[in-house]
Amino acid sequence: MQLTAEREHYLNASYGLKSWLLTKDHKRIGLLYLFTITLFFFIGGAFATLIRLELLTPQGDLVSDDVYNRLFTMHAIAMIFFFMIPSIPAVLGNFFLPIMIGARDLAFPRINLLSWYLLVAGGAFALFAMIAGGVDTGWTFYTPYSTTYANGWVIATALGIFIAGFSSILTGLNFIVTVHRMRAPGMTWFRMPLFVWANYATSLIQILGTPVLAVTIVLLFVERVFHLGIFDPARGGDPVLFQHLFWFYSHPAVYIMVLPGMGVISEVISTFSRKPVFGYAFVAFSSVAIAVLGFLVWGHHLFVSTQSAFAGLVFSFLSYFVAIPSAIKVFNWTATLYKGSISFETPMLYAFGFIGLFTIGGLTGLFLAALGIDIHVTDTYFVVAHFHYVMVGGTIMAFLAGMHFWWPKITGRMYPEGWAKLSALIVFVGFNLTFFPQFILGYMGMPRRYHAYPPEFQVLNVLSTAGASVLAIGYLMPMVYFTWSLKYGKVAGANPWGATGLEWKTASPPPVHNFDETPIVTHDAYDYSTVHGEEIQVG
Amino acid sequence: MADHSHTETLDLRVQFDTAEQQKDCSTLGMWIFLITEVMFFGGMFAAYTIYRQFYPEVFAIASTSLNAKIGAFNTCVLLLSSFTMVMAVRAGQLGKQKAIVGWLILTLIFGGAFLGVKGIEWHEKFVEHHIPGQAEFHLEGLPQSEQGHAQIFFSLYFSMTGLHALHMVVGAGMLIWLLLEARKGTFSAKYYTPIDVGGLYWHFVDIIWIFLFPLLYLIDRHLKV
Amino acid sequence: MGNIQLFPVQGSTLAPEVDHLLYFFLAVSAFFTLLIFCAIFFLAIRYRRRAANELPEAGHTGYTLEILWSVIPFGITMVMFTWGASVFFKAARPPADAIPIYVVGKQWMWKLEHMEGRREINELHIPVGKPVRLTMTSEDVIHSFFVPAFRTKQDVVPGRYSTVWFQATKPGKYHLFCAEYCGTRHSGMIGWIYAMEPQDYENWLSGGAAQGSLAENGKKLFQDLACSNCHKEDNTGRCPALPGVFGSTVHLTGGATVKADEAYIRESILNPQAKIVAGYEPVMPTFQGLVTEDQVLQLIEYVRSIGAKPAPGSAPNSPASAEKPATPGAAPAKR
Repeated sequence: MQLTAEREHYLNASYGLKSWLLTKDHKRIGLLYLFTITLFFFIGGAFATLIRLELLTPQGDLVSDDVYNRLFTMHAIAMIFFFMIPSIPAVLGNFFLPIMIGARDLAFPRINLLSWYLLVAGGAFALFAMIAGGVDTGWTFYTPYSTTYANGWVIATALGIFIAGFSSILTGLNFIVTVHRMRAPGMTWFRMPLFVWANYATSLIQILGTPVLAVTIVLLFVERVFHLGIFDPARGGDPVLFQHLFWFYSHPAVYIMVLPGMGVISEVISTFSRKPVFGYAFVAFSSVAIAVLGFLVWGHHLFVSTQSAFAGLVFSFLSYFVAIPSAIKVFNWTATLYKGSISFETPMLYAFGFIGLFTIGGLTGLFLAALGIDIHVTDTYFVVAHFHYVMVGGTIMAFLAGMHFWWPKITGRMYPEGWAKLSALIVFVGFNLTFFPQFILGYMGMPRRYHAYPPEFQVLNVLSTAGASVLAIGYLMPMVYFTWSLKYGKVAGANPWGATGLEWKTASPPPVHNFDETPIVTHDAYDYSTVHGEEIQVG
Repeated sequence: MADHSHTETLDLRVQFDTAEQQKDCSTLGMWIFLITEVMFFGGMFAAYTIYRQFYPEVFAIASTSLNAKIGAFNTCVLLLSSFTMVMAVRAGQLGKQKAIVGWLILTLIFGGAFLGVKGIEWHEKFVEHHIPGQAEFHLEGLPQSEQGHAQIFFSLYFSMTGLHALHMVVGAGMLIWLLLEARKGTFSAKYYTPIDVGGLYWHFVDIIWIFLFPLLYLIDRHLKV
Repeated sequence: MGNIQLFPVQGSTLAPEVDHLLYFFLAVSAFFTLLIFCAIFFLAIRYRRRAANELPEAGHTGYTLEILWSVIPFGITMVMFTWGASVFFKAARPPADAIPIYVVGKQWMWKLEHMEGRREINELHIPVGKPVRLTMTSEDVIHSFFVPAFRTKQDVVPGRYSTVWFQATKPGKYHLFCAEYCGTRHSGMIGWIYAMEPQDYENWLSGGAAQGSLAENGKKLFQDLACSNCHKEDNTGRCPALPGVFGSTVHLTGGATVKADEAYIRESILNPQAKIVAGYEPVMPTFQGLVTEDQVLQLIEYVRSIGAKPAPGSAPNSPASAEKPATPGAAPAKR
C-alpha cells in the first residue's frame, strides 16, 4: 500500500453531509461527537466567562441575581452532561477503542450512531431551555426548590438530560459488548491497553448509574408537573430522598468523567517514556475498583443534609477507600518515568499537568470526605475548587493530552508543536490562577452560588477572574492551530511517537475498516521492543 | 476489508467475523440492557421501600383499595404471554416459520389484554378519585391528615405501573416488528437471534410485574379497615 | 476594604479543632503534592531522552512497591477518617445545658426566636462562653445555616427539625450565610451573629419591646386554638393532659412507645393521627395549614415549659439527645 494522497481512508471514502449523518463508522461518529461537545464546551465556557466577570466585584452589578443563578446552572449542565461526560469516551473512546483491540468497528454501529443522535436531541432540549430563558435550579435540581419554587425551564432541561442519559447508557453498553466479544486474536484481557480498561470501567458506571439518574428525573418530572407529593414535606414526602437518588448517579458520574482521562494519561506517559506502565495490572484493576467503590460513597455529599450521623460515618469511611486506587495510579504513573526515555512533546506536558492537578484535586477530596472539615467547607468555594481541579485540571487536561496524542492518527497531520507547548503552559498557569484562590475563598467561608459577596472576598475573586481570562486564551489556541494543521500541518506517518498500540500499526488516517487485515496480537501492551528499530525514527 | 465468504446467513454485519460472534454480541447486549433496566426500576423500588418504611399502615390500607383479583388475573395473562414467547423462540430454533408467526400473535394478544385490563384499572382510579395531585383526592378509611401519605402510595403506584406499561408498549412494538420480519421469512433455524433477544426483553418485563404485583396489591390483604 | 485576609477568624470552641484538623490535612497534602511534583520533575530531567532511538529496559516484576503505596496511604487516610469523625461528633452533640434558640428559614430571610421571646431577623445575638443550640426548620425550600467563624453548618429542611450548636469564644460580629442554594436571592439570605459578653447579652435580652416569652405566646395560642378544650390539665378531657409529657416516654395504641420530643409534638400538631396515645380515640383534627412554623415552635415551647422536670435519677431530658433516625415530618434531624 503506498502512502499517497489518493490512499482511501475513512475521511475520503465518501463525501457529503449525508455520508456523515448516516455513517456507521465509529471513527466518523467520534468526530461527530467532537463537533457536538466542542459546541457545548464553548457555550458552557461563555457562561463561565460571564460568571467570572460578575464575580469581579462584590456587589453583583453586572447581571441580576436571577440571571446569575441561571448562568451557573447552565454552565454546569452544558459542561457536565453535554461536554464532560461524552468527552473522552464518546470522542476518543469511540474512535480508538475498537482500533486498540483490533476490531473493525464497535459491536453495534447503528446503536452507536443512535447514541450520537440522542445526545444531539438531548442537547437540543437543553439549548432550547437555555435560549428560552434558562433554568435556575443549580445542576443538582434539589427538591423542593426544583419541583415547586423554581420558575425556569426545569422540565425541558431535565428532559434534555434524560435523553442524553440514554446516549451515555448505550455507549457504555456498546463498549462493554465490544470489549468482551470483539477483541482480535491474541488480544487477551491483560494485553489490552489501559485506555481500554479505563473505558471499560467507565462503561460499567454508565450502565449501572445512568438509569438511576433517569428514574430520578422521571420522579422529578411527575412531581413538578402533577404535584404528587413524592418530595413534598407537606404531604409526607422526603426532599432529602431526592438527594440520595441524585447522588447515587452523580457521584459515580464524577468517575465517568475522570476515569477515561486516566486511561489517556496511561497511554501518554508510557509512550513518551518508552516504558510499560509501571504495575500494569494494578493500574488496570484500580480503574475497576474506582468504578465499583464509586457507587458506595454518594452519602458524602449529604453530611449536613440531616442524614443520620451514623450514615455520615459510614459514607466518610467508605470514601477513603476510593482514595487508594487513585493514589495507586498517581504513584504508578510517576514510577513509570523511572529509567525511562522521556521526551517532552505536548501530550506529555499535558499528562504531567494532569498528574499534578489531579493530585491536588484528589487530596482536597480527602478534606471533603473528613466529616469534621466537610461541615465547614461543604457548599463553599472549597468544593468548587476541588471539583474543578478534578474535572478541569484532570479531565480536560487529559482530553487535550489525548487530542494532541491522537491528532496525527485522526487527521493524518501533525499539529504545530511550538504553539501547542505554549498553549499547554498557558492552560496550566491560567488554571491554577483561576482555581487555587477558590480553595482559600472556600475555607474563608464564601458560599458557592453567591451572586454577591462580602467585600473581604474580593481580592481572591479578582485573581480567579484574571486566571480565567488566561485560561480562556489557552483553550482557544488549540482550536485555531488544530484547524490550521488540517491543511498546513506536516503529514503524519503511521506511528509518529513510536507508540505500541494497535492504532499505530495502521495507517494515518486509518482505513474505513481500521485494518487492511485483522491484526494478530502476540505481545503485551507497551512492549517497546516491537517498535524499536523499525518505527522509532528521528523526529 | 471484511471477507464475505460467510454465506450461511444473510445478515452478517461487516464488523463481525462469524455468525456466532454476531449472535453472542446481540445476546450479551440485551443482557446488559436488562441490567440497566434493573437499575432503572431499582431506583423506583428504592423510593417505594423508603416510603413504605415511613408509612407502613397507610400503604397497607391504600393497597387494599386496589383490586387484587384483577391484578391476579393480569398476572396470569402476562405469565401466559411469557409462555407463548418461549414457544415462539422454540419455533425459531426449529425454523418453523408458521409457528413463529402464530406464537408471536398469541403473545401480542396476551400483552394487549394485559394493557387493556391495566387501562380499566386506571380508569377506576380516576372514577374513585384516587389520583394523586388532584384536589378531590380522597381515600376512604383514612383520616384527612393521612391523605397526603396515601397520595404518595398512589404516586408510586402510577409511576411504577405506568413505567411498566410503557415497557409493555415498547415490547408490543418489538413483537409487531418481529411478526413482520417473520412473515417475510427472515428467520430460520440458523438465524433467529432477534426472536431470542426479544424474548429476553419480554420475560424481563414480565418479571418486573411479578415484583410489582405483590408489592402494590398484596401488602396486607387481611388487614381490617 | 482592601485588607487581604486569607484565613477566617476563630469564633467558637469548634473552630480551633477544625483548624487543627485542617493543618494536619494540609501537611499530608503538601507532603504528597511536593513528593509527586519533585519526583516528576527529577525523573523527567534525569531520564530525558538522549538519543532518538534509545530503548529503556522494561524490567519490573513483583508488586512490593504497589502494595507499599496502597497500604501506607490507607493507614494515613484512616487517621484522617478517625480524627475527622471525632471532631464531627463533638460538633453534632450539643451539651445538655445549651441555650435553645429557634430558627425558621424562608425565602430569603432567617427568623430567630429566643426563649424569652425576643425575635430577630437576619441577626442573632448570643452570649460568649455559653453553648447555644439552634432548632431549625424551613417554611419552603432547603436552606443551610452557616457561620464560617464557627466552622459549622447545618441544612435547614422543610418538614424536619435539624439542630446545630456552637459556643462563641470571643465577642464580635460574624457572618451568617445561607449555604444551600435556595432561589433568586440566595446570596441575600445573609445576616450577622453578634457574640456578646454574657452581661451585655442579658441586657440585650431584657431590652426591646416585650412580646412575651415563647412559652407564654404558646400558652395563649394553646387557648386561642381551643386546644385546651380537650387537652385539660386535670386529665378529664378527650385528649391526654399535657403537663409532664414533654421528655417522657409516651405509650401508643398498638404497644409502641415514643419519646416526647420536639419532633413528636410537632407531628402530633400537624399530623395527629400518626401516633395515638394508648387509651385515646383519634379525634384530634390536623392543624396543618392553620399554624405557621413559628407558632408550632411556640406551642412546642409551651408544652416543654409544662413538661417533665429533669428529676434526679431520670436521664437528662434534653431534646437534643434525641438519637432516633430522622424521618420526614417526624424525628428531629440529629447531627
